[in-house]
Formats: sequence, structure tokens, C-alpha cells
Amino acid sequence: MKSNKRDAELKVVGKPFRKVDARSKCTGQTKFADDIFLPRMLYCKILRTHEPHALIKNIDTAKALAGPGVFAVITGQDLPIPYGILPVSQDEHALCVDKVRFIGDPVAAVAAMDEDVAFDAMNLIEVEYERLQTISSIEEAVMIDEPRIHTYGDGGNIHKKVSLEFGDVEQGLAEADLICEDTFFYEGNTHLPMEQHAAVAHFDPDGKLTLWTSTQTPHYVHRALAKVLQLPASHIRVIATPNGGGFGGKSDPFNHEIIVSKLAMITGRPVKVTLTREEVFYCHRGRHPVLMHVRTGVKKDGSITGMHFQSFLDGGGYGSYGVASTFYTGALQTVTYNIPRYKFQGVRCFTNKPPCGPKRGHGTPQPRYALEVHLDKIAEQLQLDPAEMRRNHLVQPYSVTANYLRIGSMGLGQCLEKVVAGSGWRNKFSHWNEQNRKLPLGKGVGLACSSYICGAGLPIYWNNMPQSGVQLRLDRQGGVCVMCGSIDIGQGSDSILAYIVAEVLGIDPFDIRVVTADTDLTPVDLGSYSSRVTLMTGNAAIQAAERARELLVMAVAEKLGVPIENVALAERRAFDVENPETGVSFAEAVVLAETKFGTIGTVGSYTPPASPGKYKGSGVGPSPAYSYSAAVAEGEVEPSTGIVTVEKIWIAHDIGKSINPVLVMGQVEGSVYMGLGEILMEEMAYRANRNVVHKFPSMLEYKSPTTLEMCDVTTYLIEDPDPNGPFGAKEVGQGPLLPVPPAVANAVYNAVGVRIDEVPITPEKVLKALKEKEKGRDARYGPDSVPSIDWPDPLRVLTPEEGGDGREMPRVSVHS
Amino acid sequence: MTKQKAHIKFTLNGEETEVAFAPHKTLLEVLREDLGLIGTKHGCELGECGTCTVLVNGQAILSCLMLGLDAEERQVKTIEGMANGGQLHPLQETFADLGAAQCGYCSPGFLLVAEELLNKNLRPSREEVKEALSGNLCRCTGYIKIYEAVELAAARMRGEEMELPREAIYGRQ
Repeated sequence: MKSNKRDAELKVVGKPFRKVDARSKCTGQTKFADDIFLPRMLYCKILRTHEPHALIKNIDTAKALAGPGVFAVITGQDLPIPYGILPVSQDEHALCVDKVRFIGDPVAAVAAMDEDVAFDAMNLIEVEYERLQTISSIEEAVMIDEPRIHTYGDGGNIHKKVSLEFGDVEQGLAEADLICEDTFFYEGNTHLPMEQHAAVAHFDPDGKLTLWTSTQTPHYVHRALAKVLQLPASHIRVIATPNGGGFGGKSDPFNHEIIVSKLAMITGRPVKVTLTREEVFYCHRGRHPVLMHVRTGVKKDGSITGMHFQSFLDGGGYGSYGVASTFYTGALQTVTYNIPRYKFQGVRCFTNKPPCGPKRGHGTPQPRYALEVHLDKIAEQLQLDPAEMRRNHLVQPYSVTANYLRIGSMGLGQCLEKVVAGSGWRNKFSHWNEQNRKLPLGKGVGLACSSYICGAGLPIYWNNMPQSGVQLRLDRQGGVCVMCGSIDIGQGSDSILAYIVAEVLGIDPFDIRVVTADTDLTPVDLGSYSSRVTLMTGNAAIQAAERARELLVMAVAEKLGVPIENVALAERRAFDVENPETGVSFAEAVVLAETKFGTIGTVGSYTPPASPGKYKGSGVGPSPAYSYSAAVAEGEVEPSTGIVTVEKIWIAHDIGKSINPVLVMGQVEGSVYMGLGEILMEEMAYRANRNVVHKFPSMLEYKSPTTLEMCDVTTYLIEDPDPNGPFGAKEVGQGPLLPVPPAVANAVYNAVGVRIDEVPITPEKVLKALKEKEKGRDARYGPDSVPSIDWPDPLRVLTPEEGGDGREMPRVSVHS
Repeated sequence: MTKQKAHIKFTLNGEETEVAFAPHKTLLEVLREDLGLIGTKHGCELGECGTCTVLVNGQAILSCLMLGLDAEERQVKTIEGMANGGQLHPLQETFADLGAAQCGYCSPGFLLVAEELLNKNLRPSREEVKEALSGNLCRCTGYIKIYEAVELAAARMRGEEMELPREAIYGRQ
């Protein structure tokens, strides 16, 4: 995008400014959703079922409603219209209508004078169920067709099947010197944001609804409310409150948001709901458990001739983002190393568990873990250095992959060099030679790379409108207000808007008022997901600010009597570059512009470039740009306990250009932390033989890293500017998580010679694999096979190299 | 509706305070709901995450596990009492400078635990910082910016001139 300024001229971009809301956050004054208290406000409690799979036969709310202080009780009959984040999966009800699909599914809700009264009333609601057989795993879902959890999808308890082939993969494998096959399992885990979801609804006497809610996607919540409540969207205002962490877990429209809105409409009073930590586990939408099989052909030099990747996703009880997640488990394998022919088959199942959805890295950490461990095994078989093998076969910058993803800037080679040099890789990795170990037995290093999108190329619902809009208003006293639908979830997106506008207008970022995530006041931005915000809002902000700048410059040039190209904006002034002392203050420039043009307001918007892929299914994977990361992990495995300690991670991230390096560093370190939690301890686990109940819906028992488990991190920022990024910037919120799990898994192998092909790597699994190794058997822990299912004929697409045009080949000619 | 409210007097952020509340309420609930001090956050309300930490007589405690009644005659300090008017505490300054508060939800708890640490030990080692903060969960930062902020604040509170560490901001070159 436009950024005429050279690096040396940048005054704000690239500098470690504080966030515009830093003081509020450090003084506890940031108002989160649960911090909102309105006069006459009622409190909501939601009754959630204890049955994993059952028909609702009857709900008796009479006793609950009779209690003093109870204002309303509602059930599924009051909210009969289904909704869901994806147009193809409108399968949720705010309150279950005829059946429940997992323990925690909501069946009724109460509004009462306080939380205690609401809680007591909730417990007086009587629900009769007729139990159904449960489906608790991928294996059960593909085996058991009846009962069906949902009546839509690709048959039985299969939600979605995908089969795509780019080029002739079997021919590619036939050309290989070596074909390797592996099976992996990545257990599900959850976001665990520190802030529990909360929402407050107010239905005013003039018939307008306002919802304050802790959401990453106010625009999609707005749409869902209009649909389910049958209110005109113009009568609904959604204000996303600052999120106390999101990580993807607040990206769906949620039942509690619809419920409090309905209760506010019924009672005429504000209604608040704040979920308990246990309820947050039932909201979930976290990492899908994925079983994966990968078969790859390579030449002796490690170049890939063809790859066939299969993934089996345990989706839980609802669709959520699952169709997109399924495609994402197959989409980004091709954007790091050259894969000339590629086949992907994916299947998502319904099971009686909380629904899975997007968590940091959405659908890609699982296949990335599989791919990078698989490549480590290939490197060993070929006796190649894993870093060298990768670096020799990187995807080319500014190229198009076999599955039609357009690569822009590509700094992975530099990332690899940094972590290899920084970690002392060559002095630690013993080149697959156990006899001449460089590190003592029990200590090891592992390496992995990755890439991630900077925003999805396509919106969630089909439309040709911009994905991000920014509106600027300039006040005659020099005030600048930037308005955008984006929502700050802690990543600093409000600050990014201020920095970019300040850079273009030559003012201080702290002079700017940032108004975001209010559907009444701000232009639509699709939300804080898919690492889209810096790139898309940044480009929209540049456009809006450049348009405002143009008006200011014209007015100032006229006043100063100089050509417009002579007018510069910097340091809160507009001046003649040839006589810098000749100029006006920024506020005076606005007065001149307002005098000349009338009230000064400008807009900017951003629409991603069209993707070269035109085949069915090509909507997932394209992005304006791709970020790149490489990591080396060093750790220790205690052979008597199986405990893995990660001591240090070196990570390099190709950010394109840091809009603010200190915020980039924070995202890298936070991603490393979350990846470390996933590989070592975090798991959504259920007691399958006890009605699929969640084993431990609490923060104490869902183990996540504390300061004592967190490793040291050395970060390198690589700046390979991308022409599509604002000032060249790419994403950093999600990508740096991706190389961490496989780097740790590879380090475990390097330390003690066992492959743990299942995430998380718990001490039990390491011990089992060590025992196998002792007995001379396969020194490995992990799944042995994948279910056999009937895949549809793959949709075949010629690769760009084969002269393809991005469209699928007609099925007729395929079979002729 | 026959609940009888309890009534206590205590010192809150240096001010003599009286409050009436339902006697079963935790200090967390009293602070947020009856005194309007929303700076104290909650992550679990079961004593698992450290988010609701406040200082009682100078000691960090989990306000979700303490009854409001037990605050009687004690000195309670919340995040609202950490800055001196418009003058931020050195820890608040360094948390802001280093991005140690990302979403900011766990920050009040971390800041108060760190203040307790620095009140006892102005020269903590990295290991001592980790140990002191080990009862508080943060999902955003990976804790590293928090350690760096605590160490920088400690140095400044010792009277040392200290710039922001370059590697913490730009990464290793």
C-alpha cells in the first residue's frame, strides 16, 4: 500500500511508542464488559445441560419464574431461529430447542435482581430428557451414522469432507527417491483468555437495542442478533468492549449475547451476563483435535516431489468456523517449501463435545506440527541437516504455489539463518550421529519453520465490499478522531490506527482520539481474527489519512503561496519544505482546510487483492501477504520421569516492517508461550466412558504454563517489507506460535531418541516411548493409523507450473 | 429479600472507608460491586489465577478467597491506589513502556504482586521475579515483558538511571 516515506523519514512507524491505552491498562481503568454497571440492571444465569446428547422432552420453568426477584425465564421456544458464524453452518440456537449436543449446551436462562437470585431460580428449572447414544471421538463419528448429532452435513456424523488435488501427486511420488509416511495426533486445547466472556444488553424505550460484549467480531454479532431477534439491523448497536484476551475464543456470535439481548427486550431493563470460568470451557471454539496422515516423496537432496496430506478433525457439537478450519488444515503446507504437486483430503466430524473453532493459528498449528516433525524424520533418513534441507527448498518470493496461493515477500531464509546462528545449532546438533553427540544424552535441540496469513483473502459471508473501513474526522481545533470497526483484544490494534494516522498527518499518536468497535459509530471492519487487523485497517487508515492530508496540503499551499508538493506535515506543523520556518500549526492547517472545503472528514477502505485460485475451496488460504517464522528449541528430557523442560527458544519472525517493534516483540513472546503450553501440557480432555464430561473445566486443572514453566526466548525480527502491507508490515499475532510445537518435539527426539507423534508431549507419553525403545521396538508414541473412509473423487486442479489457470478441471475430462 | 447487610470500616487505598454488603460476599465482590472499584479483575473466582490480587496490610492476597467481612480494620490496596494522583508508580510506567500489559486484564494483579516483591526486595534476581509472579497467570505476554518491566522498575526505584533494554524492544540484532 502507499507509503511514500522512506524509513529514515518515519517519525512514528517503527518506533517503540507506548500503546494509546497503556496508562488505562496499567491503572486498572480499562472498562471490560463485566465492568459495566447500569441502573436497574438485572443479572442473567444460563442453565446448561448435564446431558451430552439427548432430546428435550419438556422444560418446566414455573417454579423458577415464581421466585421473588425473578423477572423473566426463557427457553429455546423464545429464540427459535438458528444462527452460526458461517453461512453454511447455521446450526446453533441461543437456547437448545429440541435437543442438546454436549454437556454445557444452554437450555434456559433467567433474568433476576442479582446473581444469587438468578442462580437459585436457574436451579428450579426442570428439564426432562431422552438420552441418545453419544459420539465421543473421530473414530466413533466415522463409524456411527445414527443417531446423527446434526441432520445436515456430508452424511452420518460427518460435517464436511474435502478432497483436492493439485497436479498428479502419484506421479510426483513415483519420481521420488524416498517416500515417507507418518501419522500424527494433535489434541484439542482452548484459548483460556483471562477475561471470562461477558455481555450487557439494553433495550431502550425507543426500540433500539445496545449490546456491550467481549467479542472479537462485533460485526458478525450484529448480523446474528438481527437474524435471531428479528430486529432491523439498523435498530441494533453492538459495542465490543476491550477484550481481556481473545486468541480466537471470542470470534463466534455466542448464545449468551443473544440471550441477554432477548431478556432485555422482555424485561425492559438492562441485563448482564458474566460467564463463570467453567462456562468459558463450554463456549470453547478452541483448537480442533486433529488426526493426520502425511505421505511425501523426496529426492535425495530433500526436495519434495509430491505430498498427500489427510486430516481428520473432531469438531465437537456445532459447526462454528469448522468448515474453514478443515480447509486450513490443508491450505498452508505449500507456502514454506516448494511442493510441486499436492493432494489434500480433510474430514470434520461432529461429536458430543463443546464446539471447536479458531484458536491462534486457526487450523494450521496441527498440520504444521505434523509437517515439521515429518520433515525432521525425512532429514534423518536422508542424513541431511534439517536447517539446510529446509533452506535449500524454500518457496520463492513473489511466486504462486501449487494450490494457487500468491506469495509476496518471503523472509524465511533470513529467519533460518538467524536462529541457526543465534542458537549455536551447528555446535549442538550432532547431524543424526548418536555416537558423536555434541550435547549430552538427555539434552537436545530441534528446529522448525512456519508461515501464516495476514488476513483471509475472502470475508466470511460472500460480498464484494471492503473488509475494513476507517473514517477520519478533523476538528478545527486540531483534534483528529479515527473511527474503525476493529477491536483491540490486547494486540494493540487501537494504537496501530493512531500510529499510522499520526505518521501520515505528521502529528503525535497521543493527540489522536481512537473510537473503535461500535457499530453505530464506526465503519465496518470484519474483526480481530485471521491476523488481518494491522494489514487491513492499516491500509484503510493510510488511505483515509492520505485523503485528509491532501485537503490540508491544498489549503496550506494556497495560504503559503507555494506549490502543493512543497508542503510537508511533520511535528504538528504544515510547512514549506524549502523554507521550513514558513508554515502553520496543524490546527491552523485544519482551519484553512475547513474554511476552503467545509467540514473535514475522510474515509479509507481496504479490499484484499483477488486470489489466483478460482477452484471450489480456493477461498481458504489466500492472503494479501504471508509472515514467516523459524525457531530452534533447546531442552532437556529427564529419562526416569519423562518430564520435558524447554530451556530456551530462539525465534525469528519475518514481520515485513514493525509498525511498533515493542508490540511485535510482545506478540512473538506471547505466541512462543502459547505454543509451549500446547506442546507440553494444554489439552481439552474428556471422560469418554463417563458421558463425555470435560475432565477439568478449571484453570487449576487445565494446565497452562506459569512463570516457572515459561522458557527463555531470544527473538529476531526480520523486516522483509511486503508491498501489500501498510509500510510493508505483515502479521505477528499468530504466526510465531506455529514453529514452537514441532521445534520442541524435534528437540525431544534429539535429546532421548524417541518420537512423540502426539501433542501434548506429556511425561507419560515420553516414558512409554522410552520403554518401547528399551525393548528394541519402535521408539515412538503416537497413533498408528487413520480411519478408512470413503473420500469423494478429488477436485483436480492443474498447477501453475503445469499451465493451470486456477480452475478445477472438468470432471468429465478427468475420467475420460 | 430478608438479607441483612453487614457493615465494616477499613482503610481502602489510604482512605477510611465504610461499606455495607451481603455478608457472604467476597472482598472481590465488595470492591467491584459495592465500592465500584472495577480495577480488581476476576479470572476464576476459585483462587487459581491470581487475577484478583490485592494487597491487605501490604501482603498480596486473592480477593476472591477472602470474605469482605475479613477486611474489617485492615489496610487494603487495590490497583486504584497504586498511582499517586496522576503520577504512575514506577512499575506502572515500565509496564506501559514495555508492553507488559497487552490486554491489561491480568495487569492489576501482576502489578500489585510485583509491588509487594519490590517492597521487600529491590534487587530481585530473574529467578526471584519468576517465583514471586508464579501464582499469576497471563495468557498474552509469555511473562517476559513483565519480568523486564519489573527489573527496570526495580533499577529505577534503586535510583539507577536505566534506559529501556534495546533487545527487549527491537529483538536481538
